[in-house]
Amino acid sequence: MIRTHVLICGGTGCTSSGSMALKEALEKELEVKGLTEEVKLVTTGCFGLCALGPVMIVYPDGTFYSMVKPEDIPEIVEEHLLKGRPVTRLEYHEKTGDHHAVTSLSETTFYKKQHRVALRNCGVINPEVIDEYIARDGYAALGKVLTEMTPEDVIKTITDSGLRGRGGGGFPTGRKWQLARVIVQDGGKKYVACNADEGDPGAFMDRSILEGDPHAVLEAMAIAGYAIGADEGYIYVRAEYPIAIQRLEIAIKQAREYGLLGNDIFGTGFNFDIQLRLGAGAFVCGEETALMTSIEGNRGEPRPRPPFPAEKGLFQRPTVLNNVETYANVPQIILKGADWFASMGTEKSKGTKVFALGGKITNTGLVEIPMGTTLREVIEEIGGGIPNGKKFKAAQTGGPSGGCIPASLIDTPIDYDNLIAIGSMMGSGGLIVMDEDNCMVDIARFFLDFTVDESCGKCTPCRIGTKRMLEILDKIIDGKGELEDLDRLEELARYIKAGSLCGLGQTAPNPVLSTLRYFRDEYIAHVVDKKCPAGVCKHLLRFVINEDKCKGCTACARVCPAGAISGSVKNPHSIDPAKCLKCGACIEKCKFGAIEKK
Amino acid sequence: MKKKLTTVEFHGTKEQEAKLLEIIEKYKDTKGAMMPILQQTQEVYGYLPVEAMQIIARETGKPIEEIFGIATFYSQFSLNPKGAVSIAVCLGTACYVKGSGDLYNKLGEVLGLEGGGTSSDGKFSLEATRCIGACGLAPVLTVNGNVYGRLTTADIEGIIAEYR
Repeated sequence: MIRTHVLICGGTGCTSSGSMALKEALEKELEVKGLTEEVKLVTTGCFGLCALGPVMIVYPDGTFYSMVKPEDIPEIVEEHLLKGRPVTRLEYHEKTGDHHAVTSLSETTFYKKQHRVALRNCGVINPEVIDEYIARDGYAALGKVLTEMTPEDVIKTITDSGLRGRGGGGFPTGRKWQLARVIVQDGGKKYVACNADEGDPGAFMDRSILEGDPHAVLEAMAIAGYAIGADEGYIYVRAEYPIAIQRLEIAIKQAREYGLLGNDIFGTGFNFDIQLRLGAGAFVCGEETALMTSIEGNRGEPRPRPPFPAEKGLFQRPTVLNNVETYANVPQIILKGADWFASMGTEKSKGTKVFALGGKITNTGLVEIPMGTTLREVIEEIGGGIPNGKKFKAAQTGGPSGGCIPASLIDTPIDYDNLIAIGSMMGSGGLIVMDEDNCMVDIARFFLDFTVDESCGKCTPCRIGTKRMLEILDKIIDGKGELEDLDRLEELARYIKAGSLCGLGQTAPNPVLSTLRYFRDEYIAHVVDKKCPAGVCKHLLRFVINEDKCKGCTACARVCPAGAISGSVKNPHSIDPAKCLKCGACIEKCKFGAIEKK
Repeated sequence: MKKKLTTVEFHGTKEQEAKLLEIIEKYKDTKGAMMPILQQTQEVYGYLPVEAMQIIARETGKPIEEIFGIATFYSQFSLNPKGAVSIAVCLGTACYVKGSGDLYNKLGEVLGLEGGGTSSDGKFSLEATRCIGACGLAPVLTVNGNVYGRLTTADIEGIIAEYR
């Protein structure tokens, strides 16, 4: 008889912090104590609290352990699993609360304001066992669609729900399906495709869904296939996601074995099967036409639209392409109805959105919130605020296509239209928090460097224009900028946006434009005062020794590769700015914190 | 991303070539198969030698220019063999704002591989990589796939010492 379930997170975040070693240790210890018949280990997808990894939950009591090490396992098994006394020192304590361990995960401020639709199975089921998905109403939506609904009914339900594309663009999903449905070219093939090429650096929503609930995506693709009249699907997934790929392979195999993919599904005569295609590390392939060109086996360059994919997509056939998170919502909408979904969110953005919280925030991880939640709630409550007592400076959404939202706009409710209005965008859901130590010029340069690298080269304004913008930013960062450079950046940005074929080029200048809009004073400090207020841009810094703190230990002078530091033993040293390379070796060596960057 | 052909001599074996032919055969009837062929070729050789691309061109009838075009378009494909100790620093946004750029520069300095590359003895290689998804541990780097997280530049020497 199984009396206790132990759920261990097997997502990429926790695996990186050692959850598999934990699982092995636990298996061994349960064996030793003879508990294998009573305690069941379940490897799940992401719980969301990646910063606390590796994490595990013990049910039925719901004890939540964080940052567990293999050497803690004997104690957990002996005390908790054998004697029923949770190991309090390993339980998750909320730093903001009154320091008692939480009894249930849903009570924590991290989870309280979340509403899990796309992530509902992540961290709950074992993604490698199809029965666990089925036990949570898995494939019931596909059954309902095939036996009770016409394709038109399906499209109407999705349209009425108000679901919009979660990859960033926000195109109404129902309309997309409708376009592909009504196109009758010659009665031939149509395709369903899934965009799992999550290239936005610092975003891992789609990966977590694929790792934690792969069947939801397969089921939704089959539903889309029925709705538009397609019998073949492709999932284009990043090769950098080995765990997601492995779980998708297992899921596809199991679904075929159960007759949920393949021929004559549920005995209705409907056929649908899915193939995996691995990306190879090209950001532009997240753009729909480039993605399809890549699946066809070519350089992933975008194609002009029209014709839109609904008309001529994959292999020149009508195609519906949606993002992973969009699909993950579909089975729930079918089962619970369009009204249920439309009751969440704002007027024009329905439902929930998953965000990957990263950067300077306490609770790094994955969150799903109803549309319309404010940025302040996400950062201060769910995210637990900024660590080390630092001040919030900006939040970056939309990755290299998005922009930085300054502290003055932190009460903006998050939805598609609001974010565009303030010069950013929803994007796929990366949300990077920055504090006062981050230089906004440097961040703009970081994203531009990324787009220069990832521009496919097809359109000249994108290929060469972004490079010119990067050179101007480099000039500014090196302390050689002039005020006219800011105008030049804006002028180039206009040309690039107007003259590029695909979304990559059209949005590439956004990080620069939004930082120029909200942090112009920082640019001016770089250009006019030749200072980096955040203390990041090396060429604008001066290294000085604080005489009051310096003990004259000579450690800095010995490590300095340029011989720029002089002084005698037990007397304060000094740095010759003409010789100083600003390498920072002295700061690392100084035990007294006497060397400052100004 | 600029890619240069390797200067390392080609040491392909007969076994590797047999495997390559098998891969090409397997995908003979698949639409758009060039990507999976190149991905699996890279698994066989550890990188994409020109010699292997020539075999693919000969067997599939595709012009070598087209194959080379694909190989240089995607960052996953490497035209150079990696070092025995392969180090990748995550330069995704979450890691970058927490200082992974400094880790990358420090490694370049310590290994004499500024801006990435493989050391002349083939021991170490250094590359910057896109988000690996361990944002909770930022900043991170991987050495032969092992993840090291929550790092500062002071940790670099110690990590390298493990592999010297």
